[in-house]
Amino acid sequence: MTIYLFYFLSFLAILSGLMVILEKNPIHSVLYLVITFFAIAGHYLLLNAQFLFAVQIMVYAGAIMVLFLFVIMLLNLNKEAEPHKNNAMKFAAVIAAGLLLLVFVAALKGTSELPAPQESVGDIGLVKNLGKVLFKQFLLPFETASLLFLAAMVGAVMLGKRDTK
Amino acid sequence: METNYIIYKSVLVLAVFGITLFIAMYSTYAERKIAAFLQDRLGPNRAGPFGILQPLADGVKMFMKEEIIPDVSNKFLFLLGPSLAMLTCLMTGAVIPWGSSVAIAGQSYSLQVADVNIGILYLLGVTSVGVYGIMIGGWASNNKYALLGALRASSQMISYEIGMGLSIIALLMSTGTLSIGEIAAQQHGGHWNVLYQPLGFLIFIICAFAETNRAPFDLPECESELVGGYHTEYSSMKLGFYLFAEYINMFISSAIIATLYFGGYNMPFIGRFVHDPNMLVLLGTAFLFIKIAFFIFLFMWVRWTLPRFRYDQLMNLGWKGLIPLAIANIGITGIVMWWLGKI
Repeated sequence: MTIYLFYFLSFLAILSGLMVILEKNPIHSVLYLVITFFAIAGHYLLLNAQFLFAVQIMVYAGAIMVLFLFVIMLLNLNKEAEPHKNNAMKFAAVIAAGLLLLVFVAALKGTSELPAPQESVGDIGLVKNLGKVLFKQFLLPFETASLLFLAAMVGAVMLGKRDTK
Repeated sequence: METNYIIYKSVLVLAVFGITLFIAMYSTYAERKIAAFLQDRLGPNRAGPFGILQPLADGVKMFMKEEIIPDVSNKFLFLLGPSLAMLTCLMTGAVIPWGSSVAIAGQSYSLQVADVNIGILYLLGVTSVGVYGIMIGGWASNNKYALLGALRASSQMISYEIGMGLSIIALLMSTGTLSIGEIAAQQHGGHWNVLYQPLGFLIFIICAFAETNRAPFDLPECESELVGGYHTEYSSMKLGFYLFAEYINMFISSAIIATLYFGGYNMPFIGRFVHDPNMLVLLGTAFLFIKIAFFIFLFMWVRWTLPRFRYDQLMNLGWKGLIPLAIANIGITGIVMWWLGKI
């Protein structure tokens, strides 16, 4: 049962991921990206990482993608308004993406040497265990990350503030 | 055992589904009657005695109306909008404990469809996905008013989700669990969470009003500025779905408020009068529905009493009022718990 779900979710994630870049209409692209995020959230659930599942849906599918939709809807992109990129830019993009692919392939090449994944992945993903690990074992990185978020928040507020002269 | 389990869960799911739709249907009638009462009118009284068949008449009317899909709109997304609105509002009923366990023939059957241990996170997740129904519908209509309404609705919902999440964090600190079933069970014997989290409750209920797009926060469909808001282009039953989703949301929010803060299916002192455990469970469910009915009434009472906010006032209240208050509430909860030696 789980293995079929895994294949279904993977298929969905890859298909909608491809549709994100193949679709001409930017709104449709964003909606396909939302489907991709849901498929990935499903994978988290299969791995018994319930907290990650909830956060993936809440933060990525719920908040960030809605903001994306917001911006795209307000920009009202269409064919005439689409900025034309010159050939040098396209060439650079292809090279950059090709290099990224190389990195991915190199990273995946080593996976065959890894031990086979265990059938049950344990319950480290449950909120209780995750919280204990985060606040005991990884307290310093966790707090540092939260400081980073605070700095980003202050920065966003400063940028959003109008000049009062 | 396995088939037994599947049958029991299916029956429960269908019952929750049916009851939700039924109550939402009669909420429309209740709203009109309460509005009439508050404005010294009679309200609907033609269909059946006291007009109790009015929701059916309204439903038939909705189905019979001509269905218009704008030519320039994206048809698939146009249809997806109301469907998503309906889907997300019906999904939340799964994690609400409608009662404790009934024992039949030695088997115990919980009256909660899924007691997942991330119940509250699930609720927040479904709420945040609920924005899509309105947003996609508003955009696919290809109408400026609809788009503005959709943008208003989604920015309002995202803003108030933060306040709602922060007020729930304080509740989680005092209950120590994310499972809604456990939170309901903990409030046994009059230890209702509203007594421990009065400020959190106030913030939560204000955010619930904004999340359901109800007055005084019904700016997404502010007629005086936006014609009809995000559903301007919708007609027939698709409009009906949007309106109906609002009533379902209201019912579910009332159920969540009653469960998280007002003891859920618990009623103090009832154990002294009734001793049969199954009877107690059924009475508990009845009490839960009485509490829910009260909160639905509160939603309507407020709607017909308070005028609508202005949009900047709404955003000021959310970001500068409720969020700092909710953070302060978390701090106060922490200090009090430390002082009482609970952490």
